[in-house]
Amino acid sequence: MGMALVSVLLGWLNLDTESARYVWGTALPRVLPTTVVLAIAVPALAGVLGVATAWLVAVHDFPGRRMLEVLLVVPLAIPAYLLATVYIGWLDYAGPVQTALRGWFGAGAALPPIRSTGGAAITLALALYPYVYLLARGAFASQGQRALEVGQSLGMNRWQGFWRIGLPLARPWIAGGLLLVLMETLADFGAVATFNVDTLTVSIYQAWFALFSLPTALSLASVLVLVAGLVALAERRTRQQRGYAATGHQARRLPLRGAAAWATTFSLGLLVLIAALGPIAQLLVWAVQHVGDFDQRYWRFAANSLSLSAMAAGALLAGALALAGLQSRAGRGGRMLAQLAQSGYAVPGAVLAVALFTPLAWLSNALNGATPNTWAPILLHTSLATVLLAYFARFMAVASQPIEAGQLRITPALRDAARSLGLQGFQLWRSVHLPLLRPALLAAAMLVFIDVMKELPMTLMTRPYGWDTLAIRVFEMTAEGEWERAAVPGIGIVLLGLLPVAWLMRVSNMRGAKHAA
Amino acid sequence: MFRANFLAFRPLLALLAACSAILLPACGQQQATDDEPLVIYSSRNEQLIKPLLDQYSRDTGQAIELITGKEGPMLQRLRAEGAQSPADMLITVDAGNLWKAADDDLLRPLDDAELLGNIPAHLRDPQGRWFGLSVRARTIAYSTERVQPNDLSTYAALGEQQWKDRVCLRTSKKVYNQSLVAMMIAAEGKDAAQATVEAWVANLATDPFANDTAVLEAIAAGQCDVGIVNTYYFGRLQKQDPDFPVALFWPNQDSALGDNRGVHVNVSGAGITQAADQADAALALLRWLAGAQAQGRFAGDNLEFPANPAVEPVPQVQAWGSFAPSLINVSTAGRLQADAVKLMERAGYR
Repeated sequence: MGMALVSVLLGWLNLDTESARYVWGTALPRVLPTTVVLAIAVPALAGVLGVATAWLVAVHDFPGRRMLEVLLVVPLAIPAYLLATVYIGWLDYAGPVQTALRGWFGAGAALPPIRSTGGAAITLALALYPYVYLLARGAFASQGQRALEVGQSLGMNRWQGFWRIGLPLARPWIAGGLLLVLMETLADFGAVATFNVDTLTVSIYQAWFALFSLPTALSLASVLVLVAGLVALAERRTRQQRGYAATGHQARRLPLRGAAAWATTFSLGLLVLIAALGPIAQLLVWAVQHVGDFDQRYWRFAANSLSLSAMAAGALLAGALALAGLQSRAGRGGRMLAQLAQSGYAVPGAVLAVALFTPLAWLSNALNGATPNTWAPILLHTSLATVLLAYFARFMAVASQPIEAGQLRITPALRDAARSLGLQGFQLWRSVHLPLLRPALLAAAMLVFIDVMKELPMTLMTRPYGWDTLAIRVFEMTAEGEWERAAVPGIGIVLLGLLPVAWLMRVSNMRGAKHAA
Repeated sequence: MFRANFLAFRPLLALLAACSAILLPACGQQQATDDEPLVIYSSRNEQLIKPLLDQYSRDTGQAIELITGKEGPMLQRLRAEGAQSPADMLITVDAGNLWKAADDDLLRPLDDAELLGNIPAHLRDPQGRWFGLSVRARTIAYSTERVQPNDLSTYAALGEQQWKDRVCLRTSKKVYNQSLVAMMIAAEGKDAAQATVEAWVANLATDPFANDTAVLEAIAAGQCDVGIVNTYYFGRLQKQDPDFPVALFWPNQDSALGDNRGVHVNVSGAGITQAADQADAALALLRWLAGAQAQGRFAGDNLEFPANPAVEPVPQVQAWGSFAPSLINVSTAGRLQADAVKLMERAGYR
C-alpha cells in the first residue's frame, strides 16, 4: 500500500497543467456535490437499514428469524453494478414497470427517474448495508445481557434500551461498517457509471482514459485517500476513551408477538426480496436466456475465482492480525500506519492497480537489467504475487475493521488475569485473544472473500495468463454492452459468494446453540 | 471449547493449504518452452477475438497467449513494462487508444505492402504503427413508427427544432461519442461542433444513457424518436427481434458537405509493440487478420464492417445498405479526443 501511495502522490509531480487545470477547475466543481450527496446518503441509508435489521435479528425472535438472519447478508454477494443493471432494467422508461403503468394510466404515467443520484444512492445502500448489518449484528449479539437487564431494572422500555444501551455499546462496530460503506461508495465506478451519475471516481477515469492524463487521475485519487483517512481518524478519536468490553453472557432473545412479529417478518422479507432474491431471480432469467454461453471453461473460471478469493482471505486475515498487533503496541506511529494501510479501499480499483503495478514493473526491469533472466519478470508476469499484493493494498480495511472492533471486546482485566496465570506472548494471544476474536475473524474472512470474488479492475490488470475469473467474464460481456449475457458469470459470482455466508451462519448458529445449552 | 474452535477453523485452513499449493506451481509455469507463444494484449473482447486466434493457431501451429483488459490500464501496463514487456501485439476497439499507444512510442512502424494494400489509408496510422481491422459505424437510429427518414439529414440536424425532446444520446464518457465529436471538430471547427452538441443537449428527451442498447430500447419504447448508436448494437437487437421498431439512417451523405461528408467511423485495430521479441510472427498474424480469409469473421462476429474493402460484410449488415464513410483519418479521433471531452463538458453533455 505504501508503494501504491507513493505512486499516487508522484502523480502530483507529473501533472500536465492543461488537463489538470481543466479537471480541477471545470469537471471537479460539477461532480463534487453529487459525490458529497452520495457519500452522506449511502452510509446514512445503509446505516439505518443495517442497524435496524441487526437489532431485530440479534435480540428478538419472530417467525422466520433464522432464515432471514442469513438472507439479509445475501446482497453482499451481488456486485453493485449488476444490482444497478437489474433495477434500471425494471424501473426505467422502457422497463416492465413503467410500461405497465403507462398501459393502465395512460402515456403520462411515470416513476421518478431511476437513472439519477437518488436511484444510485438507494441502489448502493441496498448493495452495501450488509457490511453494517454483519458487524452490528455481531456487536448486538455479543454485548451481553447484563447491560440490557440493568437498563430494564431502571425502567427503560425496549426502545430506550436500544437507543441508550444497545446502540452506544455497538458504536465501534457500526462505525466500522459505515466506514466500509463510505469507502466503497467513494471508490465505486461500476454502479454510478451504470446510472450515468458523475462522481469524483468518474472524473478520475475521465482524466485517465479520455484526457489520457494518468497523473491528473492520480492527483484526484489522493483526495479520496485523504477524505477516507480523515473520517477514519475522526471516528477513532471519538471512541478512544471508552471501553466496550462485554458483560455477561449472550442475551436471551425477546420474543415478538402478534402484529409486531409479523410486521417484522414482512418488512425484513420485503427488504430481502428487493435487495437480493428479486435481483437474483432476474439474473437467473437472463442467464437461462444465454445458457448457450456456458461451457467447460466456466469450471476453470469458477475455480480461479474461488482460489483467488480464498488465498486473499487467508493472506489478508494474517495481515490484518499483524496490523492489529502493531496498532496495540507501536503507539501513535503504528496507528497512523494501520490507517494508511486501510486507505486503499477508498481508491478506485483500476487506479490502485496502476499505482501498484508501475513501481513493480520498474523494480522488475531494474532487477532484470542488473541480472538478466532471473525470477523478477516471472514474478511479475506469471505468478499470483502481483494480483495478491493488489488485493492486499485494496482490501486491508475490509479485513481490519471487524478485527479492530473485535479487539475492543477483550478487557484489560482478562488480559491481566491471563498474564497472572503465566501466559505470555504468542501463547497468551493464542489461548485468550484468538478464541475471543473468532467471530470477528470469521466475519473479516467472509467479507474479504466476497469482495475479492466481485473485484474486477485489479484482477483484470494484474492477473497472470490463464487466470481468468468469473468477474473477468462479466467484464468481457459488459465491455461491449451485453449486460444480460453477463448474468451467466454474474450468477456464478453470487452463488460462490454465498458459500462462505452459509458456512459462517452455520458456524455462528452452532456457537449460539452451545452458549444457550 | 478450544476443540470446537479448531474444528471451525479447519475448513479455512484446508482451503488455504490447497490454494498455496496452487500458487507455487503457477510461479514455475510457462518457462523454457521452445515454442514461445505470441503474446497479445487485447481490449477487444475475448469472445470476439479468441475464436479467430484459435483458428490461426490450428492452421499455422503458432501458439498464442491472449490477455484481455481495459484500454487505459492495459496501455499503462505496456508502458510500465517497457522493453521487458511480454506483449508482441496490441489490439483495441477504438482508434483513440491506438493513437495514444503510438504517440507514447509503444508501437513500431510497419512498412508492409500487403497491409498497406489491404487497409484503406483513412483506417490506419499514417506512419504505419497500427491498422484498423474492422469498421464501427456510428450512425442515426430512428423509430420506424414515429419518424419519416426524409426528415433526417445530418448529425448536426438532430439539433433542429423539430427534434425538440425527441433525442436520446449515450453518455459523453463513452469513447465512441468522444471520437464522433473529435471528428466533428476536425471537419467543421470547434465553434460549429460546440453549437451542434449544445443543440443536441437542448433536444434531449431524457438524461444520457449508459449504453447504446438502452438508447435503442428507449426509442422502441417511445421515450424518444431518434438517437446516435453504433450499428452492431442495433444489429444485436434486430437479430433477437426482426420486428424491432427501429431502423438505421446514414447521415451526412450529401457530397456538397466536403470534409463533413460521411458516416462517422471508428476502428477496432492492432499494432505490433516496440517490445515485441517475435515481431515477424506478429506481423504474419496481423497480415492474416487483415487478409481476405479472416476479415469476414473478424468483423462479422460482432456485426461490424470489414476494414478490407475487398471483403463483404455479413448478410444482415449488408441489408442495412451502403454508405459513404467519413474519410478523415481515424487517428484524428485520438488527437482531438481531449478537446472533444472538454467541448462536451462545456456544452453540458453529460
